[in-house]
Amino acid sequence: MIYFDKVTKRYGSMAALEEVTLSVAPKEFISIVGHSGAGKTTLLKLLLAEERPTEGNVFFESIDVNDLPSSALHHYRRKIGMVFQDFRLIPNKTAYENIAFAMEAAGRTDSEIKSDVPYILELVNLADKALHFPDQLSGGEKQRIAIGRAIINQPELIVADEPTGNLDPINTFEVVEILKKINEMGTTIVITTHNKGVVDAIGKRVITIDRGRVVRDDAGGKYIL
Amino acid sequence: MDWMIIKRVLVAGGKNFARGGAVSAATVLIMTVTLAIIASLIFLSALLTFTLDTIKNKVDVSVYFVTTASEAAILDVKSQIEKLPQVANVAYTSADEALAAFRARHATDQLTLQALDELGGNPLDASLEIRAKDPSQYESIVNFLEASPALSSGGASIVDRINYQQNKEVIDRLSLAIQATRQIGLAVVILFAIASILIAFATVRLAIYTAKDEIAVMRLVGASNAYIQGPFIVTGVITGVVSALLVSLLLWPATWYAGTKTASWFSGFSLASYYTSHLGIILLILLASGIVLGAVASVFAIRRYLTV
Repeated sequence: MIYFDKVTKRYGSMAALEEVTLSVAPKEFISIVGHSGAGKTTLLKLLLAEERPTEGNVFFESIDVNDLPSSALHHYRRKIGMVFQDFRLIPNKTAYENIAFAMEAAGRTDSEIKSDVPYILELVNLADKALHFPDQLSGGEKQRIAIGRAIINQPELIVADEPTGNLDPINTFEVVEILKKINEMGTTIVITTHNKGVVDAIGKRVITIDRGRVVRDDAGGKYIL
Repeated sequence: MDWMIIKRVLVAGGKNFARGGAVSAATVLIMTVTLAIIASLIFLSALLTFTLDTIKNKVDVSVYFVTTASEAAILDVKSQIEKLPQVANVAYTSADEALAAFRARHATDQLTLQALDELGGNPLDASLEIRAKDPSQYESIVNFLEASPALSSGGASIVDRINYQQNKEVIDRLSLAIQATRQIGLAVVILFAIASILIAFATVRLAIYTAKDEIAVMRLVGASNAYIQGPFIVTGVITGVVSALLVSLLLWPATWYAGTKTASWFSGFSLASYYTSHLGIILLILLASGIVLGAVASVFAIRRYLTV
């Protein structure tokens, strides 16, 4: 489903990623671990076409991500749901509107939005906070809304960059459980994390990156640095 | 774009404006100041035109005819002058009217009236007061008069004198002054308009800058550039419309107050009544300026954040 082919990304003379080759099969749940600055976020940015590789190619299904023109990026990104460490909710939209926005952007009809958004709010256990603005929600609640937004269009892939980085242990556990549930429903998930507890709780394939290189790739792995 | 998308863009733009709080208020405030400057430039321009027209109307060239010239010959000259494209109007004053006016003007001056009576008859000439459309055109009118065969009767000129030469210097200076005032006025108007537009642009850019992370998120969740831009443009347009309405409301007391303070300087020109009589066009200019400023500034401001 995802294939990184000898991907190198340099910022000036500094290499953030060097000759990374890896592939992700459909329905996998992959944890990418590594120290800060190891290149985890760069890897995700290349996948989302936020950055272009200096060398090599990134493929999503049959799409060569590097070849996508700027005008086609939004179509490509609708295939991927994204979750960020800092939640990145739209501050002047309610929880309901934040989730609905992803559907509106994808051109879904009003009736679809009216039926799907309440369902997703139930799924992330925040139906009673539908009309709250992000600054009226706790960190854990914000992240659950962000996950709701990521899955609302039923993407084939969820990419989560340090999704539990700003959360306490209870909220971290809840978020991991939601992600596991989504994966069980057939969605591929790629997350980056520092959190040993998260990796061990997921108990699936772990890719370790160190100084821009893939140094370990364990199916059913544990957090080892 | 179908109706569903247009509706979403309009609703999102309206909500952005309503929920914008301090940012919306600050943008409206600055836009109001910008539009108020544009409105005052409209008034300044009207005042300038009025003042220049008043001065222009005080300038004319008089052609005095010899006492022997017949009224028919003078009226013939009048009709010829009226045909000139540069002439605004021509007024005929007969010798009798000139005498009556002279007596009226000197009604309290017994000595002058006595001298006039002693002269016997009417020593005053009939005259034509010619007003040109533009003061710079007097010279060509006078040239026409001097070359015109209609001004001579049987070889002798029926014109006693034309007061152009005496007035020439004043008319020339006035023409230059009017031209310079117009050019300076236009430059000031353009300068202020540019300055205020730049201020409005900067404010809208600042408002959109506060939303740059939001725009990046919208891009990442798969929204197209047009779908992201749309609500910001709608918000910009709403800001422009609200500001234009605010300015047009504030202009009522402002023109009334300024009118009472300046009435003695500009006799015959009332800011308040000018505003009332030109309300439609002023409101239209303010609304159009507000809408264009808000929309264009939004488009330019947002473009740089759409590259993610």
